[in-house]
Amino acid sequence: MYVAVKGGEKAIDNAHALLAETRRGDVSVPALSVRQIQQQLPFAVSRVMTEGSLFDPELAALAIKQAGGDLPEAIFLLRAYRTTLERFAATVPLDTTRMLRDRRISAAFKDLPGGQLLGPTFDYTHRLLDFSLLDEDAPAHGAQHATAAGEGDAADAAACPRVVDMLAQEGLLGLDDDHGEDVPDITREPLDFPTRREQRLQALARGDEGFLLALGYSTQRGYGRNHPFAGEIRIGSVEVWIEPEELGFAVPVGDIEVTECEMINQFVGSRDQPPQFTRGYGLAFGYAERKAMAMALVDRALRASEFNESIDSPAQQEEFVLMHSDSVEAAGFVSHLKLPHYVDFQSELDLIRRLRKDFAQSVQAEKEKA
Amino acid sequence: MSTHEHTGDAARDGGYNFAYLDEQTKRSLRRGLLKAVAIPGYQVPFGGREMPLPYGWGTGGMQVTAAVLGQDDVLKVIDQGADDTTNAVSIRRFFVRTAGVQTTERTEEATVIQTRHRIPEIPLKSGQIMVFQVPIPEPLRFIEPSDSETRTMHALNDYGVMHVKLYEDIATYGHIATTYAYPVMVDGRYVMDPSPIPKFDNPKLAMSPALMLFGAGREKRLYALPPHTPVVSLDFEDHPFELPTWEHCCAFCGSTTSYLDELIVDDQGTRQFVCSDTDYCSRNSALQEAAQ
Repeated sequence: MYVAVKGGEKAIDNAHALLAETRRGDVSVPALSVRQIQQQLPFAVSRVMTEGSLFDPELAALAIKQAGGDLPEAIFLLRAYRTTLERFAATVPLDTTRMLRDRRISAAFKDLPGGQLLGPTFDYTHRLLDFSLLDEDAPAHGAQHATAAGEGDAADAAACPRVVDMLAQEGLLGLDDDHGEDVPDITREPLDFPTRREQRLQALARGDEGFLLALGYSTQRGYGRNHPFAGEIRIGSVEVWIEPEELGFAVPVGDIEVTECEMINQFVGSRDQPPQFTRGYGLAFGYAERKAMAMALVDRALRASEFNESIDSPAQQEEFVLMHSDSVEAAGFVSHLKLPHYVDFQSELDLIRRLRKDFAQSVQAEKEKA
Repeated sequence: MSTHEHTGDAARDGGYNFAYLDEQTKRSLRRGLLKAVAIPGYQVPFGGREMPLPYGWGTGGMQVTAAVLGQDDVLKVIDQGADDTTNAVSIRRFFVRTAGVQTTERTEEATVIQTRHRIPEIPLKSGQIMVFQVPIPEPLRFIEPSDSETRTMHALNDYGVMHVKLYEDIATYGHIATTYAYPVMVDGRYVMDPSPIPKFDNPKLAMSPALMLFGAGREKRLYALPPHTPVVSLDFEDHPFELPTWEHCCAFCGSTTSYLDELIVDDQGTRQFVCSDTDYCSRNSALQEAAQ
């Protein structure tokens, strides 16, 4: 009986074997390949790369396969791998004006340099189950006419100015200055409060999409309202450059796909400063529009103290947001409740019995007095 | 109960650095630990890494163990006092796999003991290192949720709220209603959370000949008690710190001095009490059998 209470090596081995079986499912159905996941679950791969903080579609797909589609678990797998990698350089800031664009929209202007490019999107689809996809051999529904309409507008590699830069030129929008200082790395130095915006953006980029979505949504419903406009969303591939010290000039090391969102928010001004719009920024690996938008909303909300706004909503409280946004941390700590707590619970049992005894005695004493 | 003697590098997985973390990371952890040892009870922020176990399952303790472990160390891992609880097994296996170190269940044979929620019953000796897994390192956290605030409170030695909280317990219940993670004052300077060990274990912290290291992975904090550090459990003159006592003895070894876990052994709710420290209990039983 003692053995049944305590764990044991054999129990763990059996549990792992059962998990492997559950993950694989019915063996008469062919196994999913990592390549299939990488190609056919691009949005899951994007989310795992973004919150896993590692741009590697193949390993993200592997993590999704190993996790049986449990995305926070896959994110955790990728993080635990990433943490063992050596950091040998910081990249030059991405130049998203030179993005090879798959999608580029602005909700602030009807037309603008570089144009509106819808690209692949769930927007405007009718969310009706496409039963033709049940037939695995049939060609995917949208695939056949994905060419003609898109081709003419397909983004050329020429630089496409960002909406926010155009507004900033006119002085209507605050500038995000590059101070040229070292950027702190939250994976190497723990957060200290109050945080710098660079730290917050890193934490938000790794943050759980659901948590940030809910917080962003809460700002739209009045909890820290800041009147956002989707100034611009662009998705596509950008070149990553690094400048090795021994070279003294930058070299490209490859392309990554990113989603960038710039929110334009309500203006601030003061006696010595004319009113200006403010901005919130979101960036995610791959095609991750919902995440980038949520991140931009929360980024703006967390700038409240910078703009002397009153801080009274959850999305504006940096300690609350940043200390609870990481799904790996949150899932870990919640799941640890499954670990044995016999010792602590025993202490509480003893105390509660003692308190109840005291209570019973005092009731008895009262009775006797009466 | 056997001791697991995994010898040398035979069992080690060559795909990772010794003890999983890269040397640079381990060095940065050791720098943090040195600072922690220099300022007993002070929480040192550190660049915590993701470990391949979930946060809350001992990642802080594992990082500390990885940072201090050498090839000749003998490692013991316990959870709730027991070597055979699932998480203790899992962490011990992790270090066998990534560091190939020898492991043991015997307290006095271990050079490094990673623990969750207990300090072994067998007294520790000089040269041993205890590594505690810490969920919430900040003793003031449940009184003040903001870290900026609590750090200031520590800096200013502003611990009034903690005493008020303990006083409120007494006013409400007649006792201090904290039974584990019972706050201590370290060397007359810092109030420290001893991790969720039962308060029964608090006296073992004081003036211990062993080095005590505490790692909180998710919260990214390290702290330490160097050997022979005065550690006092917070109390009041008229409500002194009290140790829990049992009306029972261990059903296996008959110990009356160890921490006991309660077991429900049948459908009628019959209770039995057994030592939470499995090493202590099995050794005690063996001694008695030998004596008979």
